[in-house]
Amino acid sequence: MIHFVLLISRQGKVRLTKWYSPYTQKERTKVIRELSGVILSRAPKLCNFVDWRGYKVVYKRYASLYFCMCIDQDDNELEVLEIIHHYVEILDRYFGSVCELDLIFNFHKAYYILDELLIAGELQESSKKTVARLIAAQDALVETAKEEASSLSNIIAQATK
Amino acid sequence: MAGSSIMDNLFQRTLEDLIKGFRLQLVGESALISKAVEEIRREIKSTDLDIKSIALQKLSYLSAIYGIDMSWAAFHVVEVMSSSRFAHKKIGYRAASQSFHEGTSVLLLITNQLRKDLSSPNEFEVSLALECLSRIVTIDLARDLTPDVFTLLSSSKVFVRKKAIGVILRVFEKYPDAVRVCFKRLVENLENSDSQIATAAVGVFCELSSKDPRSYLPLAPEFYRILIDSRNNWVLIKTLKIFAKLAPLEPRLGKRIVEPVCELMKKTGAKSLMFECVRTVVTCLSNHESAVKVAISKIGELLVDPDPNLRFLGLHALSDVAPTHLWAVLENQEVVIKSLSDEDPNIKLESLCLVMAMVSESNVADISKVLVNYALKSDPEFCNEILGSILTTCSRNVYEIIIDFDWYVSLLGEMSRIPNCQKGEEIEAQLIDIGMRVKDARLQLVQVGRDLVIDPALLGNVHLHRILCAAAWVVGEYVEVASNPFELMDALLQPRTNLLPPSVRAVYIHSSFKILVFCLDCCLMQNQEHVSSLDSSNLAVGYSGLVAGKKHTETRDFASCEGPTHDAQNEGFSPQNSMDSSEQLAVQNNAVRIVTQDQTSIATSLEKNNFTLESIVGLLNLIELVLSPLAANPDVEILERARNVLSFVQLIKAEISDNSNQNVDILDKKDAQVSAIVKLMCDAFSDELGPVSLNAQGRVAVPDGLVLNENLDDLNAICGDIELPSSSSFSIGGPHFGTTSDASPFNLPKKEETEPLNESASLLEHRKRHGLYYLPSEKNEITYDDYPPPNDPQKKTNLNDESEDLSKLAGQSLSLKKRPNQTKPRPVVVKLDDGDVVPISVKKPEPRDDSLSGAVRDVLLGSEAKPSSSQSNPSDKSSGTDKKNLSSYHPSEIKENVIGAEMPDQANPNRKSKHHGRHKERRRSPRKTIEGGEHDQRENKKSSHRHNRHKARQGSSSPLNVAPQTPVIPDFLL
Repeated sequence: MIHFVLLISRQGKVRLTKWYSPYTQKERTKVIRELSGVILSRAPKLCNFVDWRGYKVVYKRYASLYFCMCIDQDDNELEVLEIIHHYVEILDRYFGSVCELDLIFNFHKAYYILDELLIAGELQESSKKTVARLIAAQDALVETAKEEASSLSNIIAQATK
Repeated sequence: MAGSSIMDNLFQRTLEDLIKGFRLQLVGESALISKAVEEIRREIKSTDLDIKSIALQKLSYLSAIYGIDMSWAAFHVVEVMSSSRFAHKKIGYRAASQSFHEGTSVLLLITNQLRKDLSSPNEFEVSLALECLSRIVTIDLARDLTPDVFTLLSSSKVFVRKKAIGVILRVFEKYPDAVRVCFKRLVENLENSDSQIATAAVGVFCELSSKDPRSYLPLAPEFYRILIDSRNNWVLIKTLKIFAKLAPLEPRLGKRIVEPVCELMKKTGAKSLMFECVRTVVTCLSNHESAVKVAISKIGELLVDPDPNLRFLGLHALSDVAPTHLWAVLENQEVVIKSLSDEDPNIKLESLCLVMAMVSESNVADISKVLVNYALKSDPEFCNEILGSILTTCSRNVYEIIIDFDWYVSLLGEMSRIPNCQKGEEIEAQLIDIGMRVKDARLQLVQVGRDLVIDPALLGNVHLHRILCAAAWVVGEYVEVASNPFELMDALLQPRTNLLPPSVRAVYIHSSFKILVFCLDCCLMQNQEHVSSLDSSNLAVGYSGLVAGKKHTETRDFASCEGPTHDAQNEGFSPQNSMDSSEQLAVQNNAVRIVTQDQTSIATSLEKNNFTLESIVGLLNLIELVLSPLAANPDVEILERARNVLSFVQLIKAEISDNSNQNVDILDKKDAQVSAIVKLMCDAFSDELGPVSLNAQGRVAVPDGLVLNENLDDLNAICGDIELPSSSSFSIGGPHFGTTSDASPFNLPKKEETEPLNESASLLEHRKRHGLYYLPSEKNEITYDDYPPPNDPQKKTNLNDESEDLSKLAGQSLSLKKRPNQTKPRPVVVKLDDGDVVPISVKKPEPRDDSLSGAVRDVLLGSEAKPSSSQSNPSDKSSGTDKKNLSSYHPSEIKENVIGAEMPDQANPNRKSKHHGRHKERRRSPRKTIEGGEHDQRENKKSSHRHNRHKARQGSSSPLNVAPQTPVIPDFLL
């Protein structure tokens, strides 16, 4: 299973973290620091796997972002690379040629997309189209709620409560 | 209140504003964070859920990216979670799954909220709750929400159902009893036609079976079907993983799946699936030759792929297969060896492992030589990897593959001199270990130790200190085979030894003590011989004859000669009879002496008259000079050992000085006294040290009344920070000698203050007396720290040369041909009968008989289900699925199955036996009769008790937790 997902920029800035196994805040910070040290220092064109504390970390760089996933020793590295690629493709489709800035400003959306892709550290949806549809539906749900909330009448209603 | 709410609402910074703020502010990030948190703390208290949720969103952003603590907001999270609006809920659930953990107290409050959302008509709300549950599930939550998740397992919405399946894994982990309720439905989902659902279910089983595969053997037919039918690579990979776990448990399963796995491997275009097939074959189907052949040809393709990932995985797979099929490695050796110079450190490491796997008795010397040369040129990290793997490989199973220990000992010496070597501790351990185990290697060992100890340049390298420690111990312990003890003494007492850590220095001092005793002993012996040869010339003739005869004897003789000597000496060691037996000892020692002189006579430096009184006095003076400053050393080890030596020196000196003028009268009374003392010390050191069994401690009976703590976990709390003193390994320096310690008066502490001055003054004096320095090789001594590195790699040939060299090696020595004749027979290596080394055992996962697997077994193997589960397992359901899956279904089965429906999963044993015509009989008591019927050889007596089905089942399932029961598993796939 996947223990956590990290998105780290080339400068070592964290862009997204998702933990499927229990880690305390302290451990999380330590993990991020350790791994970004290991991964960012690796030259390009090396293999995408790093042994780390008895686990394997599979990472892949897309433009300025490193997508890292930590898996068990006997998990399939290539499969995880495919999951990463899958995620990137979905992001790309959702944001329309995704760039790092998209993920910075829509950090929560990147989360929701990841949540549709993985659950409990397992791949749950292998169809890009389905994920896109699900995310769109939820967006719509949020938007209608927001419109409702921010409508003038609503504000007035609240103010005069 | 209302006013402020509006203001907040209008002017609250959104998450986007916050992020923009961070983008603009390049410095002072932490100030910005604390400001933002301040703001959030204010906003989150708002009664307006909009404001609250945005504040929470910002907080979870800060927490995720900057690691800000958000546990204080737990209650607000719960509030936002329970909002009726989806937008709020979403933020709340995300914050919860990010920040809640087992210890969060508000978890108790959310059970009802979760339950409500799990049964919400809005599938997205259900999905939020499920996702959150998968992250934060605790025992309580799992127990309380199992029924809800159970319902969702058969939800009509695929979207919800697949998530529920994913979550059930976490529920099982926390609350194994949930298995009784949900397991059957989970299995049903495995058979679902929707690929998403099947994927999720297979994923769950993959995880479950990795922990306790045996419990899932009964499901093998189901997995087999998926393996054959599925076209989905994600599913196939997971299924292969499951089989990789199951196949080792059931040989027939391997036979069955080998065919489809090979097919997949050949046909598939997906590298990930192909690699998974390869891995499955090499890890668990390695006894199927044909499959292995196919897999290895695939590995060969991977190895030459331009993609470093595939190369890495290829090497990895190759090292998996190496233990069973070494030929595969040899076949690909050129690629493997070429990979040693790959730019990727991970690939280099893998290929190093493989090269080491190829090492055998015949080629160990060649490979090691090339690798050590290669290590010289590689970066420090890889250099140490190489050295480490050479050390581990060569020392495996008590130096199994080493024939020529002289070579190996020299190799160790050579390795120590590699500039980047950081394997000090391992080399140290091996030097000492070989000394103790292999008598024949001692000559070479002392030679290597001498070279190490004598080189002043090495003392400055921190990583070498452990090696020097071993070297010093070796030259002291086996000084009798040394060519020149005086030279050793100089080396051990050289001034740069003050660079050593105290523990090592103590070993140096103690070794010099041993050497001193040896020299004195030799001197006395010589004089005795001298006198006696004057008396009776025929003895001298005999003696020289002996020497001549022994001159070229094998080292083995030495060993055998030494054995009895020690016995005699041991007897004589007890104080009361040491004087009585001194004569006998003299004879014995004479024997030793003769032999040792024979040993060393090759070296020209040791002449008989070397041990003159003058040289001894010189030695004593030297020791006194060097060690007297140490008699007030703050380190207790150094202090004690230095004082021991010093008082011994003083004792001897006092004795000698009386008759120093009358050389001729050497057999004076006084001298007899000296010789008695020396003899005593000699005896003290003569006891040979041997390897200590790992189980030695176990042989010591625990004294009555001593309560040993089984669990030493609390020790960590006590000595978490305390580092183990590295010196502890060296307490074996020699048997204790109490004879001299009391002779020295305790020195005054005030000396401590003047010590540095004292030391340097004495050193200056020393220098004056002994010429420039003790050791001719030294040049500029004064600056200690900027020593030239001990061994600079002279020429930096490029890596291409090296890889050529390596591939040459491949051509020559890696092939398994044996050398025509070994020049030397392998010397005796002392091995202890029991527990000498940790036996290299195959790692076997402990059968996890925890409650989860127990529960699964209960369900799968049909033990009596708990009342609760039978209530919630609608019986018609079970028969329904059975019908779907059984190709040939007999009416009688349905009937029987309905009867037996309270046993959750009888479906599996039924299914697997569908090709046989014994349904009726089997239905009665499904598991037992299958066994009895299909495998007569495994007669199970219980099967006859059909009338008492439950009891029999219980009886057989209760010991399941203790011993895994293979007989229960019928031939699934036949």
